[in-house]
Amino acid sequence: MSIDIDTARRVASLARIRVEEDALPELAQEFNAVLGFIEQLSEVDVEGIEPMTSVTPQRLKRRTDVITDGDQQAKILKNAPDAREGFFAVPKVVE
Amino acid sequence: MTDLNTLTLAAARDGLRKGDFTSSDLTEACLTSIAAAGKLNAFVHDTSEQAREQAKAADVRIAAGDAPSMCGLPIGVKDVFATKGQPTQAASHILDGFKPEYESTITSKLFDAGTVMLGKLNMDEFAMGSSNENSVYGPAINPWKIDDRNLTPGGSSGGSAAAVAADLCLAATGTDTGGSIRQPAAFTGTVGIKPTYGRCSRWGVIAYASSLDQAGPMTKTVRDAAIMLEAMAGHDAKDSTSMELAVPDFEAMITGDIKGKKIGIPKEYRLDGMSAEIAKLWDDGAAMLKDAGAEIVDVSLPHTKYALPAYYVIAPAEASSNLARYDGVRYGHRAKIGEGDGIDDMYEKTRAEGFGREVQRRIMVGTYVLSAGFYDAYYNRARKVRTLIKRDFEQVFAAGVDAILAPTTPSAAFGIGEVSKADPVEMYLNDVFTVTLNLAGLPGVSVPTGLSSKGLPLGLQLIGRPWEEGDLLNIAHSLEQSAGFVSKPSKWW
Repeated sequence: MSIDIDTARRVASLARIRVEEDALPELAQEFNAVLGFIEQLSEVDVEGIEPMTSVTPQRLKRRTDVITDGDQQAKILKNAPDAREGFFAVPKVVE
Repeated sequence: MTDLNTLTLAAARDGLRKGDFTSSDLTEACLTSIAAAGKLNAFVHDTSEQAREQAKAADVRIAAGDAPSMCGLPIGVKDVFATKGQPTQAASHILDGFKPEYESTITSKLFDAGTVMLGKLNMDEFAMGSSNENSVYGPAINPWKIDDRNLTPGGSSGGSAAAVAADLCLAATGTDTGGSIRQPAAFTGTVGIKPTYGRCSRWGVIAYASSLDQAGPMTKTVRDAAIMLEAMAGHDAKDSTSMELAVPDFEAMITGDIKGKKIGIPKEYRLDGMSAEIAKLWDDGAAMLKDAGAEIVDVSLPHTKYALPAYYVIAPAEASSNLARYDGVRYGHRAKIGEGDGIDDMYEKTRAEGFGREVQRRIMVGTYVLSAGFYDAYYNRARKVRTLIKRDFEQVFAAGVDAILAPTTPSAAFGIGEVSKADPVEMYLNDVFTVTLNLAGLPGVSVPTGLSSKGLPLGLQLIGRPWEEGDLLNIAHSLEQSAGFVSKPSKWW
């Protein structure tokens, strides 16, 4: 499996990371180095083996369905790059 | 009198209780040594004001006779732990200016026990790296030096390791996703333990790969690791993967007696091309444990070879999901956007500016292995291989083995900039002996046991059964005593 420039562009876009056109060939090459390394996994016989979901034999605990938190608007907005009138502000989303 | 900053946790605790000195004395000694160690670039955020207040409060508690072991002891905290009102940015530009409104469970527990936080410590960005070179603060530098080159303290907990080795603090917190506590410990002649997955709460620890991340102490001795781990560990309702299990008195479990313990030597760790000095270090370590009364047996972990490739699927996959939250909306850096730019432009520019190169690469590799058409071939296959890796260990432990002995790293510390930037895989190979434990969720401790021919510290790793950190630390203590590693870096900074 080899990653070409189109695939690199698509992955960058899916990851929401801006990569300029002239940086794509190098990125594709780096992906290929990593994927070439990962490729070894295809040698392993995994027939009948369950994919691991939890490393400890533990069921995730369920908590009681009650409100335990809230009323922290100022704290939540405190680190926002742009907060106005009690909301996070972002560029226009809908035309 | 010895410089107070050079004390172990155990010696400082005993001295505080006897009234030989105060927590404020200890704290000032450390702050003075930190101020003189700018060249190491280990401490990156100064929390000295909070430290002095915590020290004063600790002295009151000690005088009143109500002092847990960690009370009054000054430590450094890796920048990945959320600390209320203090800068917390996981060495990333994308979290510039972030000051959490909450405290991580681990730092809360330490502070409740009276521990003093001196400052925040350098690391690889989002804990991704093995040399501390991927940091917005620039690399932390190893206090060990053999020529004019600056050496890496390892990563990702490089600042923690450098600070402990240089006596800037008595101990430090670290986190370990693929070896990030144990490899830096080995590179700096210090002790580091990654506990069993679920032993320490991950709440408030900035996530890299959630199924692998685990925090632990980085200390000067094995006894100190036992003392500090006890204060960090325990069930936390806020982390659904933390185990509801009592925390034993780890220090009391250090008895010095390891007679009859069965220690496994895994043949697959004897890699082609292993250096003669690492092979000798390993053989010597096995001989020391044998002399102390342990039984040495050969064991096999057949899927070892596939641990690193499986890790480099699973960890990036989880990272791509965990790091999706950094979008320039709720905290940290937001890119300046142009006329007519929409919200996607803002996300893309923010993430391109905010994340360093290795973090971007791992997010994108993770995005790729999770994308439609490749999910089964990569991600599901890696999770199946993970099941096999864990099963290898289970079979060894089921055969009566108490712990496994292996090298921590394939080499001693290397120079800053010496490992290729062009081929990311070259750096990944540093974690070849450590990463298997994270995949299997097992505890592992690195103990310094010797010096390389050039005079740099080398470490051996002991791997334990799940939840048996106490037994593991007892064996590690025996190894530490036999090895008698007392070398310290000579001060050049």
